[in-house]
Amino acid sequence: MMKSILSSGVALAALLAASAPALAQTEISWWHSMGGELGERLNAIAEDFNASQDDYVVVPSYRGEYEESMVNTIAAFRAGEQPHIVQVYEVGTGTMMAARGAVYPVYQLMEDHGSNFDPSAYLPVVTGYYTDTEGNMLSMPFNSSTPILYYNKDVFEAAGLDPEIAPATWEEMEAFSRQIIEAGAAECGFTMGYAATWLGTENLSALHDVPYGTLENGFSGLESELTFNHEIAVRLWENLADWQESGVFTYGGPAGGSDTGPLFYAGECAMVMNSSASRAGILANADFEVGFGMLPVFGDVDGAPQNSIIGGATLWVLSGHEDAEYEGIATFLNYLSSAEVQAAWHQATGYLPVTLAAYELSQEQGYYDANPGADIAINQINLNAPTENSKGVRFGNMPQIRTVLDEELQAVLSGDKTAQEALDSAVARGNQILRDFEAANN
Amino acid sequence: MQTKRSIFHNRWLPYALLAPQLAITIVFFIWPASQAVKSSFEREDPFGFRTSFVWFENYTRILADPSYLNALGRTAVFSVSVTVLSMGLALLLAVCVDRVLRTRRLYTTLLVWPYAVAPVVAGVLWWFLFNPTIGLLPYILDGFGIDWNHRVNGTQAMILVTIAAAWKQISYNFLFFLAGLQSIPASLTEAASIDGAGPAKRFWTILFPLLSPTTFFLLLINVNYVMFETFGVIDATTSGGPNQATMTLVYKVYTDGVAGLNIGSSSAQSVLLMGIVILLTFIQFRYVERRVNY
Repeated sequence: MMKSILSSGVALAALLAASAPALAQTEISWWHSMGGELGERLNAIAEDFNASQDDYVVVPSYRGEYEESMVNTIAAFRAGEQPHIVQVYEVGTGTMMAARGAVYPVYQLMEDHGSNFDPSAYLPVVTGYYTDTEGNMLSMPFNSSTPILYYNKDVFEAAGLDPEIAPATWEEMEAFSRQIIEAGAAECGFTMGYAATWLGTENLSALHDVPYGTLENGFSGLESELTFNHEIAVRLWENLADWQESGVFTYGGPAGGSDTGPLFYAGECAMVMNSSASRAGILANADFEVGFGMLPVFGDVDGAPQNSIIGGATLWVLSGHEDAEYEGIATFLNYLSSAEVQAAWHQATGYLPVTLAAYELSQEQGYYDANPGADIAINQINLNAPTENSKGVRFGNMPQIRTVLDEELQAVLSGDKTAQEALDSAVARGNQILRDFEAANN
Repeated sequence: MQTKRSIFHNRWLPYALLAPQLAITIVFFIWPASQAVKSSFEREDPFGFRTSFVWFENYTRILADPSYLNALGRTAVFSVSVTVLSMGLALLLAVCVDRVLRTRRLYTTLLVWPYAVAPVVAGVLWWFLFNPTIGLLPYILDGFGIDWNHRVNGTQAMILVTIAAAWKQISYNFLFFLAGLQSIPASLTEAASIDGAGPAKRFWTILFPLLSPTTFFLLLINVNYVMFETFGVIDATTSGGPNQATMTLVYKVYTDGVAGLNIGSSSAQSVLLMGIVILLTFIQFRYVERRVNY
């Protein structure tokens, strides 16, 4: 009954569509998580693509934050209503890769349908995150970012620091912060988003070239175990707890740290570390001169800084659609990887240029000369050739592991646990989560 | 006692009249609940490619999991404090309004307003008021030497969600208490006054016992409210943190199932939660109701 009503509805819709002139066009649905300004930019890309040819129509639709959108996609897939393309955040990569039957790998799609697609045009540190062990690109890099340091030049000046020099080490972070607080230029030295996760363990491990987990940080197998309870993480977390007492550091909340922005804009904290994609937001909200720097490292660790790792999202193509539609998806992804589209997206949003050509084009256009600091993120991910420890982290159920890390850092900051206890406990809980994932995917 | 009895001549008419309600109950309650029971015995990857039947493994794992037991304890603390706080304040307000003669309607209307606020919005309001960086209350508390930071301090986070959740429920409780008070004949309290009973004595010996059916009803409603409907408040204020200090059972079902995509464990948790609420309701009807003075 239900079904017949539904199918007659579909038939009716098809009839109505048939009378519209857009009959010959194949529709491609694209689910994404870009709200506000970013969403408008994304819609513009789809509109430009639609205007550039007559065969396909890309229909973007906002499906909530990354987490929600991923859950919606999975629910839609189970109901057989999945979109063609979905934007998935980097921590969802492990889950998507394990879902072999649900995903049409991009390299495969391009081999089957796209003639002139060249994966080597992409920056290795970006594609490294999304390729399998054989070097096949599974999803299409779209919006990648990496964390950097932002600082308040006015506060630096008021504290007698050189506003053109950003702190490069954690030792300097502390010294600069103390000088700022003593001078009364600000109440707090620095705050950071993703204090326990993307910055406080993932990038920390990569920059110091120490493993976050076994088996190449989880890249080469589901049996990997976490190892982020290393000396360097313990040292940072211990420091954060101490620094919190004296105001050198202020905790801005779990996950992305929703309070880090306000703390920095209000002039309460002199420095903030967060995604390079926060650049536009920070510049719009700060009524002072903003300086940019790379993430700090411990000055006495040899080989640091290695290179930072990325975050952000990629586009996954889902299985279960018609060949003609995949033809259209391949055409669209080819269009997306052109230097012009990439460069425009990069310059408008603050996300990294994901292809070399887009970076060079932005250089040619004089973007980096006109926007000092915009290239810090790019330089930081390209500091050195990525090693096993610095090409990224890839684990199933990664969102849950991040939640565990947030909780454990909170226990350190509230004085309930020492840094070593908290990180050991995070490893133990995280490994349990990994075993669950392994069991569910074997 | 006589009861009203309707007689249907058509055998199918009563069923037809019941059908819409039954259909809704089946589609929105029974069917999803049975799905939850089913998947609580399974282990499955998020996309549903590989499903294996694991008997009671999900349950045994949950019951041995310290974070689940923590959530159980937090929920107990949370539901008792929200219920006591919201019912206590509502009763106090109702008694006050009941004594007011002229502006009673105005007070009633004003006091009912918070009930119209969506849980998430209520959460956001309190989040703003208590925000350690930009909030008004931490600024005032600082003057009393209290360093408010619920992002790190678990007790403060619990106080925050308790206040936010109780505030929303006060209106509802208030309305019922006020109606209850107004249905108590004035002659009883007047007689007591003539015998020399003061307001406090009159309240505890006459009004409070006569209100007990209302109180009992509200107790049930409030416990259910805390168990299920405080999700929005917690999500908007603390997201269960810091370090699981405000992780209630229902919020844990969400974090494990929706955010963590661990469907088996999350289903087992919701089945347990359902069991807890059924048990509580049963105990309340079986034992508490006996002491209620109708």
